[in-house]
Amino acid sequence: MHWIWTECVVADLDCDAVIVGSGPGGSTFADVLTAAGWSVIVLEKGRNHLISLEPPFEPSGDLSNDEIKFLRRHFLGPDPFLEPRTYRRTAADGERLFTGEVNSLPTTVGGGGFHADGKLPRFREEDFHLLSARGPIDGATIADWPIEYDELEPHYAIAERLIGTAGDAGKNPFEAWRSGPYPMPPGPDMFGAILTSEAAEKRGLHPYRAPTGVNSIFYDDRPPCNNCGFCGHFGCPIHAKGDPISSLRRALRTGRCEVRPESYVKEIVLDASGRRATGVRYLDIANGNAEREVRASHVVVAGGAFETPRLLLRCGVGNSSDLVGRNLTYHFQTFSVGIFPFSIHGERGRSVTHHHDDFIVPGPDEMAAARAAGLPWIRGGTVEHGGGGTPLQEASTYPPGPQHAISMRDSAIRDRLFAFTLQAEDLPQHGNRVDLDPTVVDAWGFPAGRVTYAPHKHEIVTSDHFAPILEQVMRDAGADFAFSTTSPPQGDLDLFDISPLGVAPASRHTMGTCRMGDDARTSVVDGDGRFHDVENMLCADSSVFVTSSGYNPTLTLVALAHRAACKLAGVDVEPTTPMDFS
Amino acid sequence: MPAHFSGADLAIVAAAVDRLIPPDDAGCPGAAAAGVPDYIDTFLGAFTFDPPRIFAGGPFSGRWGGEASFDNWLPLGPMEELAWRTRIEGSGGRTEREFNGAVLGLQQIYRDGIAALGADFADVEGTEQDLRLNALPEFKRLLYQHACEGMYGDPVYGGNRDEVGWTMIGWLGDIQPRGYTKEEVESREKLEIRPPNGNSSA
Repeated sequence: MHWIWTECVVADLDCDAVIVGSGPGGSTFADVLTAAGWSVIVLEKGRNHLISLEPPFEPSGDLSNDEIKFLRRHFLGPDPFLEPRTYRRTAADGERLFTGEVNSLPTTVGGGGFHADGKLPRFREEDFHLLSARGPIDGATIADWPIEYDELEPHYAIAERLIGTAGDAGKNPFEAWRSGPYPMPPGPDMFGAILTSEAAEKRGLHPYRAPTGVNSIFYDDRPPCNNCGFCGHFGCPIHAKGDPISSLRRALRTGRCEVRPESYVKEIVLDASGRRATGVRYLDIANGNAEREVRASHVVVAGGAFETPRLLLRCGVGNSSDLVGRNLTYHFQTFSVGIFPFSIHGERGRSVTHHHDDFIVPGPDEMAAARAAGLPWIRGGTVEHGGGGTPLQEASTYPPGPQHAISMRDSAIRDRLFAFTLQAEDLPQHGNRVDLDPTVVDAWGFPAGRVTYAPHKHEIVTSDHFAPILEQVMRDAGADFAFSTTSPPQGDLDLFDISPLGVAPASRHTMGTCRMGDDARTSVVDGDGRFHDVENMLCADSSVFVTSSGYNPTLTLVALAHRAACKLAGVDVEPTTPMDFS
Repeated sequence: MPAHFSGADLAIVAAAVDRLIPPDDAGCPGAAAAGVPDYIDTFLGAFTFDPPRIFAGGPFSGRWGGEASFDNWLPLGPMEELAWRTRIEGSGGRTEREFNGAVLGLQQIYRDGIAALGADFADVEGTEQDLRLNALPEFKRLLYQHACEGMYGDPVYGGNRDEVGWTMIGWLGDIQPRGYTKEEVESREKLEIRPPNGNSSA
């Protein structure tokens, strides 16, 4: 294949806002702005397998329960050959330790909204002022957010309705205050989660039915989930999952939204002052990578906490603080796995149906563990009760030979497995970052993004503290045995080869790389998502998070995008007050 | 009619993958009888079809209701074609495929691997076959990865003949649009489910 770098075609269509990225953040922006009468163009690097872009905007029907397509052939992208990423723990590893797939979230129309099974918890009040509430920790760049939970609550409530969230308000004693119930009741409980929830309760924990962006009833022209089990990493063939099809469809129906897939944004264009963006230049992939320009009165970057800083660093925009790409956080994941003597049949239903949040609020035991390790405090995160998995994933974990078929029929690590995933708070650190790899490039010739990341002692101490508790609950629930592992893996590098999750953090919860704050010297965007350096440019993804919390990030990033879009378009949102669920 | 391999090559691949997933008397037909060689052949010959057999269609297989649509292969975009042609054919000195250096294609890796296993591979004893496979650890790893895909991937990709891989492990495969009922999700016993139209391929 050859392409020609053609002359730039200037301003084929002007609009009020050009949005870079069509995931949950970008599509929320498009939804709010078009409803307020703005015209928007959404540029998406990946292909469109979500929705017809012609009226009546029907689902495109490309999604399916197909392991080869989704798990082996990068159907939703990014293809690590075309868009490699690199990883190293610290500079001591040299320029890179690994090249390939690092923290990949789908590169396709709908973006990260495809990634998982739609777990949509809110953050808690304390998450927005962690520094004030708990105090600093050496080596970590903990800071308060410039906004508080109370300001975000109305947007959380709206985000739950826009995505379509099923849950059980008032059942989680650790949840932040809510102004109303979830728009849908919870769906069916996984058999495994029924066992682990009962066991967890007996140990004094407080499991509850997880809020998930998966329909439990007909909602928003989409059917209820039929529990097919191909959830995380798969696109939903019936659109019961809260992928961004709803927000994009609403935006498209206004007639004021244009979605352009296969549009690779190469550059943000600034005016002579350098303080205003005039639009973006992009490569039209389906037309020989011809260079095109969109001029807009506002530019919204929503490529995710990996691709957004990569774009900004590449074109040198928004980075007077030198913080673009820095303070990269994930969730430090601890997997406590139980192998049961009977079928758990975790392939039936969503991938996770229950959580417990007890580990987010440190008690006396946690404070003692912190002190013993020389830390002022530790905080864990939400714990997902989940299982499932597909035969292809399972098969690769067994060795070849006569035992292959025996292991597959016995299915200890698929049909008889259930797991806790602790999504623990990952403290921000100045040296943990996304930057540009000095050598590796993508298929367009632009530098690959590189992650430099090593966990803080806090994460290790927290994992070591909670893993034995989770293993005990697993055994109480009936597991023959239980063990724990983490991502990123700990210990000797030689052992990393055998980790099925790889060397780099497997978490797709990337956050923090354009942190928000009031001070332009210590933050990249302000509390409304506007870049300090470029007055008409905003960020609408989890890059803006100041701290990681211990909760899945999607609902919070959508709520923040909703709030930023409302402020931009002058849409008033009424303040809310707590509802009593007792 | 194979899409890529010669008959002799196909026989060597079949013998090799049957050592990695051998038949047994408890329901495993072995990788060869399960159609793994056809899976690999279809993959390496993906670009002899139009659209190329990389991404099967959606949303339903037809096995559990709905219209069968997996055989409506999805056209590739230009960058997807670049990626998959490079993986399969190798970079062959073409600039646009070598942005991070030369890439050895799967077709060449198989040519080299089959040659190294030896023309008599299919006819020698199993223990000798194992020795030859173990002398090629990287090729063995690739064969095993493809054997698993051809054993448990959807039959539309050429393997998993008559769903034997799934039948062996009690996996129902693509279950849309039927899905599972609330009772089937929550029950302690794994409730048995039968396909509406027999054990038919899509």
